[in-house]
Amino acid sequence: MALVLTEEQSMLRDSARGLISDKAPVSHLRHLRDSKDPIGFSKEFWYSFAEMGFAGLLVPEEFGGSGLGYVEAGVVMEEIGRTLMPSPFLATSVVAASALNRGGNAAQKSEYLPKISNGSLLATLAIDEGAKHRPLQTSLQAVRAGNGFRLSGAKALVVDGHVADLLIVAARTAGSAGEREGLTLFLVNPKAKGVAIERTIMVDAHNAARLELANVEVDADSVLGEVDQGAGLLDGVLDIGRGAVASEMVGLSEEVFNRTVEYLKSRKQFGKLIGEFQALQHRAAELYVDIEITRAAVMKALQALDTDVAKAASNVAVAKARAGTTATRAVQEGVQMHGGMGMTDQFDIGFFMKRARVCEELFGDANYHTEQLARARGY
Amino acid sequence: MTDSRASETETADLETFRSETRAWLEANCPPEMRKPATSDADVFWGGRNAKFSSEPQRIWFERMRDKGWTVPDWPKEYGGGGLSAAEHKVLRAEMGRIGARPPLSSFGIWMLGPALLKYGNDAQKKEHLPKIAAGLIRWCQGYSEPNAGSDLASLQTRAESDGDDYVITGSKIWTSYANYADWIFCLVRTDPAAKKHDGISFILFDMASKGVTTKPILLISGYSPFCETFFDNVRVPKSHVVGTVNRGWDVAKYLLQHERAMISGMGERGVGRPLGQIAADSVGTDALGRLDDAMLRGRIASFDVDEAALAACAERAVDLAKAGQAHPAFSSAMKYYGTELNKRRYEILMSAGGVDALEWGSERSKRGARPRAWLRTKANSIEGGTTEVMLGIVAKRILDLPGA
Repeated sequence: MALVLTEEQSMLRDSARGLISDKAPVSHLRHLRDSKDPIGFSKEFWYSFAEMGFAGLLVPEEFGGSGLGYVEAGVVMEEIGRTLMPSPFLATSVVAASALNRGGNAAQKSEYLPKISNGSLLATLAIDEGAKHRPLQTSLQAVRAGNGFRLSGAKALVVDGHVADLLIVAARTAGSAGEREGLTLFLVNPKAKGVAIERTIMVDAHNAARLELANVEVDADSVLGEVDQGAGLLDGVLDIGRGAVASEMVGLSEEVFNRTVEYLKSRKQFGKLIGEFQALQHRAAELYVDIEITRAAVMKALQALDTDVAKAASNVAVAKARAGTTATRAVQEGVQMHGGMGMTDQFDIGFFMKRARVCEELFGDANYHTEQLARARGY
Repeated sequence: MTDSRASETETADLETFRSETRAWLEANCPPEMRKPATSDADVFWGGRNAKFSSEPQRIWFERMRDKGWTVPDWPKEYGGGGLSAAEHKVLRAEMGRIGARPPLSSFGIWMLGPALLKYGNDAQKKEHLPKIAAGLIRWCQGYSEPNAGSDLASLQTRAESDGDDYVITGSKIWTSYANYADWIFCLVRTDPAAKKHDGISFILFDMASKGVTTKPILLISGYSPFCETFFDNVRVPKSHVVGTVNRGWDVAKYLLQHERAMISGMGERGVGRPLGQIAADSVGTDALGRLDDAMLRGRIASFDVDEAALAACAERAVDLAKAGQAHPAFSSAMKYYGTELNKRRYEILMSAGGVDALEWGSERSKRGARPRAWLRTKANSIEGGTTEVMLGIVAKRILDLPGA
């Protein structure tokens, strides 16, 4: 498989870019933030996204989706990264849709996937509990009760948590924190008794929530996948999410970079364009190379996911680790090279820095994924 | 529909090629040639005075040569394998799968060949390419001069017209393996009055010509892979100019792209075993099997991330070129990153080796193989254009920054 976009994928990119840059430039995010929008995204725009087949991009055609792959999902995420558009695409269309499609039984798939495809259902994965992403540390308890389970515990950084119609909650049905055995995924109705959701306004003005479950009762049909054996399903779903976030970070990095290079070509100091200074030229060139290398690593990971999700872990670790360090560098250089302007709220560049910070924590930061690679390689 | 059917046929053909190639390599690559080269003797450079260091090396070279696979993507008429870009990628992957060494290493293959294919006339291609493919002639590169390093275009070696010949006088420096080379591809000034980029020609001549002398330069590694090369009224037929007279800079730049791609490949080339395992030998591991040096482990893991990402980028660069979407200056980006990465690799190896990596002369240390290799890598970000020159090229040609 060549590491370039096919003609169809390039067309998809062009149409996503056209739509997003037209309807949701960075000013769209600014408006949602400043107006304290209660849902944090544009419903109207989400429906047009669904009409174009993006909401169900990963959903098989038999459930009303487009049946496309992870490379295509990455293409859309990259365009989202360019304008920082708040969108249910990541939580609902990539992560939740993958969890349902890969782990769901026939009844679960036919209940939820068509609604994801037509844009009428928002869903999200609730995984993190502590300050850092540590999936195996999951300790939210699910104990057997009657025909089903009773869930108690807390989750953080639940993307779109306060607007989701369906929560996919990682819980511990056996074993203790740190163990692979004993993890189970549950489908939880956010309106169920005992569910408390607090919207957390984040630094990047994107949606997130904290979740508290106090003796929430779910029936046996709410189990997604196998009881106690959820780690494998979770690994795959998280890797798909990581690939998607890495793509968003590539788009974000490249946009910051392009804006910064344009600034170097227009800002004058000491009677010169600041882009004439070699100190800045070399730093810009290094950043360009970093972004190109990261782009290739991310594309490699997405293709590996399309080939076999279960065998893509190392490629994904490389991609998410690289995306983290590259985006962090890109936004820092972006602010520094814009000088005082980069520090102002009026200027867009700060939005990119804030979003990069959140993307870095989402599904594991660069340190986490570098550690995963070391473990996979046996040292 | 026609397109997708055509591409299905293409995919099926490629899979047939893959299984045939895999079977052929299994049958024909000697086991000894499936380990990474660890010393210079493990590398076969060809040439008039070439000697094989082992029988498996000879067998492997001859079998690959007979298939045209010393230069798999060159046309068959010039001794190549005539493979498409996709087939070449498959062959590389299959050779990589079994760890097969390149059968022939040569500046003719990496640098001159691509330039001749693009700029050479028919006679030049017929004369030189088959001899490169068959490892008969070993080439060296006459580019840098004592006063023309990063500012290569200021070179002063002069070629004066005299009837059907040029008479060449001057000196070159950092000429890799000039003392072993049979022929040289050389940049000379044919018009001293023109602007510096406009008076240069690209010319080929025999190192056995009267007036050519070489003098090896002892480096910090204790080895002398580079020479000073002197030309004292060397007579070369004018027919040996490649491309147009005084337009040699075009050829030189095109060749440099290939040279930079070759050097950046060093960043992708491992040292046989993963760094983490090599380090485990010397620093040991804890109860969980992790390196017993947390900081070193972190450095290695970060290196591994970047190395894997660079490998993906190198693969993508080839695919972009095939798709006609490559930026011609991208090899400078790869050269910069690949060489800096290779220097990092050897800093880690030295740190991991500790005291054992400091021995210079013992048999135990293979006469200081590791510290000498470490010191050698310091040239990677200088030769073929320094890191600073590469970043300048990226800034100017790719980013279009002002005044770069």
